[in-house]
Amino acid sequence: MSKIILARILQGIPVLLIVVTATFFLVRAAPGGPFDAERSLPAEVVKNLEKRYNLDAPVLDQYVDYLGNLVRGDFGPSFRYPNRSVTELIATGVPITFELAFYAAVIALLIGVASGVIASVRPNSLQDYLPMSLAMTGICLPAFLLGPMLVLIFGIWLEWLPVSGWGYSPGDKILPSVTLGSAYAAYIARLTRAGMLEVLLQDFIRTARAKGLSMPGVVFRHALRGGLAPVVAFSGPAVAGLLTGSFVVETIFQIPGLGRFYVQAAFNRDYTMIMGTTILLSCLIVMLNIVADIFAVWMNPRLRQAK
Amino acid sequence: MQKLTAPENMTDSLKSLEHIEFEGGRSLWNDAWIRLKRNRLAMFGFWVMLFLVSISLITPWLAPYGYEIQDLELGASGPSLAHWLGTDTLGRDLLTRLMYGGRVSLLVGFAATAVSLVVGVLWGIVAGYTGGSVDAVMMRIVDILYALPFMIFVILLMVVFGQSFLLLFLAIGLVEWLTMARIVRGQVQALRRQDFVSAAIVTGLSSGQIMRRHILPNIMGPVIVYITLTIPAVMLFEAFLSFLGLGVQPPQSSWGVLIATGVETMEEYPWLLIFPGLALSITLFALNFLGDGLRDALDPRSASGAGGIYE
Repeated sequence: MSKIILARILQGIPVLLIVVTATFFLVRAAPGGPFDAERSLPAEVVKNLEKRYNLDAPVLDQYVDYLGNLVRGDFGPSFRYPNRSVTELIATGVPITFELAFYAAVIALLIGVASGVIASVRPNSLQDYLPMSLAMTGICLPAFLLGPMLVLIFGIWLEWLPVSGWGYSPGDKILPSVTLGSAYAAYIARLTRAGMLEVLLQDFIRTARAKGLSMPGVVFRHALRGGLAPVVAFSGPAVAGLLTGSFVVETIFQIPGLGRFYVQAAFNRDYTMIMGTTILLSCLIVMLNIVADIFAVWMNPRLRQAK
Repeated sequence: MQKLTAPENMTDSLKSLEHIEFEGGRSLWNDAWIRLKRNRLAMFGFWVMLFLVSISLITPWLAPYGYEIQDLELGASGPSLAHWLGTDTLGRDLLTRLMYGGRVSLLVGFAATAVSLVVGVLWGIVAGYTGGSVDAVMMRIVDILYALPFMIFVILLMVVFGQSFLLLFLAIGLVEWLTMARIVRGQVQALRRQDFVSAAIVTGLSSGQIMRRHILPNIMGPVIVYITLTIPAVMLFEAFLSFLGLGVQPPQSSWGVLIATGVETMEEYPWLLIFPGLALSITLFALNFLGDGLRDALDPRSASGAGGIYE
């Protein structure tokens, strides 16, 4: 087990290096310098700016410098907010995005697993069709559509919940979390149903039933562990999806999180900020993928023999 | 050269044999079609897609108004006889813009899927058929790329190189080929060991010919299923990018652009959000049902899984 964990972590390192390198050179290859957008500045000012942002050094030196700073957790100064470093800006956004993603994940797992299990216990009955058609609706209603609709219904027409913000007024965390979580709840419901259906057909389930165990007992004590394998395998991509999904949700609800910073940086062509957020998000996704893989092996001992 | 001509004559004489094989293959497709026809939801998806694609093809002749025609005096108006779905804040006919937007959304969906199809199938066939160290290296590359968070990189690409249309679907296509390559490789590996491939090798066909004539037709089932799942995923991604303002740029419209502008004024003019939203949702529904149905039809053994535009 520890061998597998170590191998996965070692595999992650080249991926992270590729992420950082690709990001750095992509941004450097951008046509037009970062100061082109302003009115044409005097040559000396540009020179000073370039010096300030270390753009006058050879590209390779810049790259090595950037790597060195990254290791120390320093993403450099922001182009747009000269007084603040990218690290500072990101640090204010990370906890918010994490909280949002966490609530969304909890919603997705609770609703998804529950409705998937309910559907699988009686396949092809109303108990199956109802949650599954809801799930299909959830999959076909992307966050950028569901979010505004929820705002319109619960925020503007019914006036039950605040339409924007995060932690400013009571209940303003509900709509963003539901918006981000719903598509994943739907997807997890379908995965759970498929996984459970497969497990429920197996002999050991019949044995457990024959011994007189009730259906809930069978589900919770025997079937769930195997039936949730597809959900566990999906957790890696889901985490990546939740983080990129925060771009949309944070934009809709005006939440000052990492996703909003990323989108704004993309609009403003704030290159250091784009690099910082890209690298941070990518590293998070890569690392969480590794955690998900390790978790999958822990859940399913058969995977340990695979390699 | 001498070596080449003889087998080629042999393949000519085998042509008739190949036809027989093809008949068998076609009956498989017949079976699949019959199974698909029994699945009402899948057929609903099929007809919806057929309808949307045909509408898109003839939009320039069908659209009731010009694409950019504004009626500023009218402004935003609700659905009426003159404007079935109403007009936007600049007095442009929503139905017209929805039709043109659908063209763009569908085009991006199909074009990006085509890119991923070509790259993924080529990569998968070569890796799976060649095997050995070539296969190991090629699939290792896929593994590494898989671990990269590509959605973020596509956005970065769009920011750095400007929001060009061509780049948009090239970038998306180059993201989506990885799963295709894995699926194809798995199929090819299983096919490679079968007798008809050995027979083809014995008749002297080159590897390229075997891949094209014998392997490719046999992997079409899973490939088609995956295509129907990739198209909605790509359309969703395009709408996502356009919604953030990083994809298709106005005055060009796509469903994502229309939804984004609809959100801005949804309080006053909810229909500007509702109709584009419905169009996108119904299309995603249709393609998902069709994809599910095709999977059940082409591979009856597989349980209807989660189906996956989020994979």
